[in-house]
Amino acid sequence: MQIQFFLQNINYIGSSCLFVIGLYTVLTHPNLIKKIIGINIMETSVFLFFVSIGFVQGGRAPILQTSGNEAVQYVNPLPSALILTGIVVAVSITVYGLSMIIKIYNAYGTIELDEIMQIRSEEAND
Amino acid sequence: MKKLIMFTALGGLLFIMISSYMQMPPMGNVDNPSYNEVAEYYLEEALEDTHSPNAVAVIIMDYRALDTLGEATVLFTSIAAVLTVLVGKDPKPGEEESHHG
Amino acid sequence: MDDLIVRNISRMIIPFIQLYGIFVVFHGHLSPGGGFPGGAILGASIILYTLAFGSEKGHLKLPHSIAKWLESGAVIWYIILGLFGIFAGHVFLTNKPAGFYMGQAGDIISGGFIPMVTLAIGIKVASTMITLFHTMIEEEEH
Repeated sequence: MQIQFFLQNINYIGSSCLFVIGLYTVLTHPNLIKKIIGINIMETSVFLFFVSIGFVQGGRAPILQTSGNEAVQYVNPLPSALILTGIVVAVSITVYGLSMIIKIYNAYGTIELDEIMQIRSEEAND
Repeated sequence: MKKLIMFTALGGLLFIMISSYMQMPPMGNVDNPSYNEVAEYYLEEALEDTHSPNAVAVIIMDYRALDTLGEATVLFTSIAAVLTVLVGKDPKPGEEESHHG
Repeated sequence: MDDLIVRNISRMIIPFIQLYGIFVVFHGHLSPGGGFPGGAILGASIILYTLAFGSEKGHLKLPHSIAKWLESGAVIWYIILGLFGIFAGHVFLTNKPAGFYMGQAGDIISGGFIPMVTLAIGIKVASTMITLFHTMIEEEEH
């Protein structure tokens, strides 16, 4: 029963694993670009979860048939359409974060967060 | 020690997520609550309403076209923000004090 | 990047990438794809050109002066298409009741304003990707 549960919901479980991996990357790496990569992994996990909700066993892609009248089961088109918006927002956030990292590198000469904190504390003590 | 706390917290998060999937309807079932009358309306009426067979394109370009206009606005805003941040002169190290105000 | 293999392979495959991107954009209402994936493919072809041939030659393919017109024009074209619905007595962004040519389902020219909107979105996404990449590349070279 347990094996069947895991096999049946493999997309949900995979999306959870991806989410945890992305959160681990964001929390533990001091490198800012690796943090951006972690945020992207988390976004991908959310997209995978959302699209998996619309999946139907044995369903076809929602390209409607213009001829023939046998009944065909399609997958749910609504999550796929909504996730397109999410992908665009993810790209925008990634690009903006990368541009901020370029500015941070110009200002501090490094993109390691702990070194930036050290430089800032030295500046504050002076 | 720090790593142990991290792994415990993230493992607990993963456990909570997977245990919550046991309460959800199984994946790929037609009777799922997500496959409701909205999706069925789109699949049944899209061909008559818009004469184009791609249901996803019909949703994003016709039924929810205002949403796509907002999406284009998000792209426009992002490129404006990136150009604002990147294209411009850095303050000289000596002049930094006067810009702080 | 000054590499003979990369330059020659890029020169060979870039036309096919662009042809595929245009195909995806124009068949957005008939087959899987649409404005966003097609625009991303078109943008990726120019990004590949910039990576292979350098920033100066890549920048000539889509200068900022043209890109800003493309981006603003795509959004304005989208809004004008939506205003047709208001002039026809319906709500913003109405398709079939506003009197667009619907055609036969399955043809290229069909589906009211869906192909036109897809074209606008494709141009917008391609131009945005290329401009963002060029901006970041130029910033690193300074």
